[in-house]
Amino acid sequence: MKKKLIIATGAAMMVAAGVMANAQRDAIVAGLAAEAGVSSFSAEAGRALFLSQNTGGKAATPSCTSCHTNNPQAQGRTRVGKVIEPMAVSANPERYTDPEKVAKWFRRNCTSVLGRECTAEEKGNFLAFMMSQ
Amino acid sequence: MKKLMILASAAAMTLASLPTQAASPWVVENTTAQEECSACHMAYAPGFLPKRSWQAIMNNLSDHFGEDASLGETARKEIELYFTAVAPRSVNGVASNATPLRITDLRWFRGEHGSRLRNRAANDPNIGTMSNCTACHRGAERGFFDDD
Repeated sequence: MKKKLIIATGAAMMVAAGVMANAQRDAIVAGLAAEAGVSSFSAEAGRALFLSQNTGGKAATPSCTSCHTNNPQAQGRTRVGKVIEPMAVSANPERYTDPEKVAKWFRRNCTSVLGRECTAEEKGNFLAFMMSQ
Repeated sequence: MKKLMILASAAAMTLASLPTQAASPWVVENTTAQEECSACHMAYAPGFLPKRSWQAIMNNLSDHFGEDASLGETARKEIELYFTAVAPRSVNGVASNATPLRITDLRWFRGEHGSRLRNRAANDPNIGTMSNCTACHRGAERGFFDDD
């Protein structure tokens, strides 16, 4: 009885953590939607951005895929060789739950890859894609 | 007897308030530095480069070896202060008017890692680059490199 209760409690906590992560992520997406003045984002446009090859940024990082690989569910590697956990929410449920972290990495990586910061719409599309993966 | 106990406890308190040991230049002991640096690579210890090198690195994070590694000013300043406090003024083999930015370019580093090791690193996807210390030196983050 006690064991079952513990298992049930553990499962409930895991579900609760998932719900909380989803709520945090949804809040980030809602903030971007308000900033961009749109009601929804395009996962397809996010996919195109993720796979795009660019020349405006830094030479070593023409694409998101330079480090993240073209499979969002796979681990990537930094240029130094350190493992990067998957970008897809299905493979890494903690992704995109900390607004400061999300802002920091969009700022850095859009600059590295595109040579400019991303618009709110681009960020929203990117998140929509990663949430669909 | 009572006096002795008071004395003993006073001595214990004095000991407890002393710093346990000086900051090691071979381990990154600052939490912010550890977290931020190791997001992309092993957090290299302050001892590897002179103070002026860390200053140069921490003031050009928007072009950090070809990537934007910019930070908020609070975190950036904290990390700069930590590295400049712990790093040495001079490093063996580095001219006093030189400001090296890459540990892998230092003379001793190139001496320790010759062409055979460089080729091995380049051809092994689990190593990737000479900057990936932990691929071969498992204790690198704790300051141990003598396991090669």
